[in-house]
Amino acid sequence: MAAVIEARGLTRHFGGLRAVDGVDFSLEHGEIHGLIGPNGAGKTTFVSLLSGRIPVQSGTISLNGEDITHLPAHLRVRKGVAYTFQITSVYPRLSVFDNVALAAQSRGAGDVPAEVAQALGRVGMTGLDGAQAGTLSYGHQRLLEVAMGLALRPVILILDEPTQGLASGEIDGFKALIRSLVPQTTILLIEHNMDVVMDLADRITVLNFGQVLAVGAPDQIRANKAVQDAYLGGDHAAG
Amino acid sequence: MSFGPFLLLAVLEGTVMAAVLALTAVGLSLVFGVMRVVNVAHGEFYMLGAVIAWFVTYYLPFPPALVWLAALIIAPLIVALIAALTDTLVLKRLNYDPEATIVATIGLLYMLQQAALTFYGPDARPVVAPFEWRIQLPWFGYSGYKLFVVVAAVVILAAVWLFMTRSKAGLVMRATQVDRDTAQAFGINVDRVYAGTFALGGALAAAAAVLIVPIQQAHYLMGHDPLLLSFIVVIIGGLGSIRGTLVAALVIGLSDGIISMFFSPTLAKIIATLLVALVLVFRPQGLFGAKA
Amino acid sequence: MTDGAKVWGLHLLVLAAVFAAQFLLPPYHATNLARIMVLAVFAMGYNIAFGYTGLLSLGHALFFAAGMYGMGLPVWHLEWVSVPALIAGLLAGGVMAGAVGVLALRTAGVSFMIVTLMFAQAGYLTLLYLNSWTGGDEGFVVASAARQAFGFSLATDTPRFTAAFVLFAAGLLACLWLVRSPFGRVMVAMRENEERSRMLGYDPFRVKLVALILSGLYAGLAGAAYGMLFGYVGASFATIQYSILPMLYVLLGGAGTVLGPFLGALLMFYLIDITSNYTDAYLFVVGAALVGLVLFAPKGILGTLRERAWRWLP
Repeated sequence: MAAVIEARGLTRHFGGLRAVDGVDFSLEHGEIHGLIGPNGAGKTTFVSLLSGRIPVQSGTISLNGEDITHLPAHLRVRKGVAYTFQITSVYPRLSVFDNVALAAQSRGAGDVPAEVAQALGRVGMTGLDGAQAGTLSYGHQRLLEVAMGLALRPVILILDEPTQGLASGEIDGFKALIRSLVPQTTILLIEHNMDVVMDLADRITVLNFGQVLAVGAPDQIRANKAVQDAYLGGDHAAG
Repeated sequence: MSFGPFLLLAVLEGTVMAAVLALTAVGLSLVFGVMRVVNVAHGEFYMLGAVIAWFVTYYLPFPPALVWLAALIIAPLIVALIAALTDTLVLKRLNYDPEATIVATIGLLYMLQQAALTFYGPDARPVVAPFEWRIQLPWFGYSGYKLFVVVAAVVILAAVWLFMTRSKAGLVMRATQVDRDTAQAFGINVDRVYAGTFALGGALAAAAAVLIVPIQQAHYLMGHDPLLLSFIVVIIGGLGSIRGTLVAALVIGLSDGIISMFFSPTLAKIIATLLVALVLVFRPQGLFGAKA
Repeated sequence: MTDGAKVWGLHLLVLAAVFAAQFLLPPYHATNLARIMVLAVFAMGYNIAFGYTGLLSLGHALFFAAGMYGMGLPVWHLEWVSVPALIAGLLAGGVMAGAVGVLALRTAGVSFMIVTLMFAQAGYLTLLYLNSWTGGDEGFVVASAARQAFGFSLATDTPRFTAAFVLFAAGLLACLWLVRSPFGRVMVAMRENEERSRMLGYDPFRVKLVALILSGLYAGLAGAAYGMLFGYVGASFATIQYSILPMLYVLLGGAGTVLGPFLGALLMFYLIDITSNYTDAYLFVVGAALVGLVLFAPKGILGTLRERAWRWLP
């Protein structure tokens, strides 16, 4: 399989803190890729570099072979790199319809209402389009966030802690939703909930102190001694 | 007059200007630094100081030196009181939201201007200088009072500096500036610090006006230029940085004094305002200030 | 009735009522209303930047004055006449907003306010400095030969009212169309959360620049029309006061509502007009209104109405 997005030697320091330190990384077309690591391992900084929210200090990023290292964030979105925020970041004072429509019209969708209906349908929120986004339940706001990501019709969808704060029943629905997105969309999933990652991911990258500790299938990661020491061992439950 | 003495005169005028400007601008800078409030009514505090000085010197039956001294105490006190009231009644209730406080202080500007127009009138009125003394230089005579203004401004600024660095109240203010929430957690009464800071800022503007009013006359629209110049100084010095403000006041005051002597004052102002805009766009930390 | 029908119905009704008012009101008030309509166009422009896009500018007097002088200077120096001169004013407002925006939009929030204030101040001072060209403080009268359009004199009551009404109606309907368009949605998104909008693929700088230019076109048209219809061009229209007035109108009527600027202009104009019968302290009224609005009614009249009852109000 071909790499959709590829990072080489990606680095970002904040003062003396090496948040991301020479990371090589690739996403294969159509996979669900988990990104894990202890708190402060540099996960959010890393995806912020991928999505262009933070400028790269050194290293390169390419999307389908095209160098996008210095492309502004909004142009990466147009090229298909979509990012959903860790802290729910819908427009609370706008309607659900407007929230999703903003995503759909961004890539010049012809029939915006149809695109909105379709995206809301996929996350199971049909009929809620008139509601004010800020009045939705937390779970619905997270789903709305995903619907906005879907309406962008992305090549890669980066999901930052999507199940955080969801009830266990909601998590099952969420997993099914993510599975239904591949292989048209490639998923990069940052997740604290180990069960979700182990269950969903085809491959997992483990970050620690801004560096790649291990890459592999869930079983390999589970068996990896270094990963156990750094991360899983001891306080697995706290993850 | 040949060029040398002419330049000396320009430098003298510029120094007086810089001294008064430094006082006014430090008031604005302090308020922005501690409270993150841009006080658009700062120039009106200055104007009020001058107008109150006129009332005090006109109605108190003392000799000029004494009434002027009385004005130097009374005017800043009254303005400080008005400022503290404004903080408690308006700014605090806006939660110090930066944009809302700007709109509110614009409103305050109009209200104070109108109040001065109604109670003081549209005329420019002189205040008698506390003393008449001319220094005779080989080329021209120069007002001793103007030099006194420079000395007085330096003394007041030194007092402010001592207050900020040595007193407990100053320490509390600086602590609040660094981190409002932590200060509150340590039992600092942030409401009182803010009211006190706003009052101090107003008092400094009023003191500057009392110093200048024997040289310029008191007028209800006189707050406009000091406001603009203080803005320029505070921004070029680096928002919220007192040291940067002082350096910038010196540079702007001197260069404004000198440029106005040789070129059109309007042109000087155009250049200064454009410079401020460009500094904010391209170098928001200011030209002189270290970061905050 | 659908929301769309309600929206267009309401706005057309307001336009019809304003148009009918010239036949019902005595001439004094009809002239006032013409003035209010022109000021409302200015405020509508301000509202596009502030109310919808979240750009709190303190420099709109510059765009208003750019329109006024963009109209007035060609009339004075090149003997242009009404319609071409008005178009020149409109474009001058847009160009000035674009030029200011390219620089000022690198900043945000308080810095943006101060940068726009400083540019406007520099513009005002430039008008004074170039007084041989601009008439400086005194300003100049717009030649009555230039104030003719389609065979009518814009200095007389009915043509003046009609001209003001045409501009006002065009401005209002264009604004309504704009805020209901996809781009209007993006403007609001920028106001609500710039970072989120960036991550939906929108360039914040570009969106804000376009909004500011649209806003400048409105302000320029209003400035040009004000000079043309009331016959005078002066530097006082470039002072900070003319940046504050549209902000006041918008805050009073309701920021981010299409009819708010007109309602605010109407109420504020008459508030000042009526209080000036009793006192000359009109500045105090302006100041107190500003303080009162930010303290007690930050959403303005129509913003509050939309929150409480008419959710569909654009």
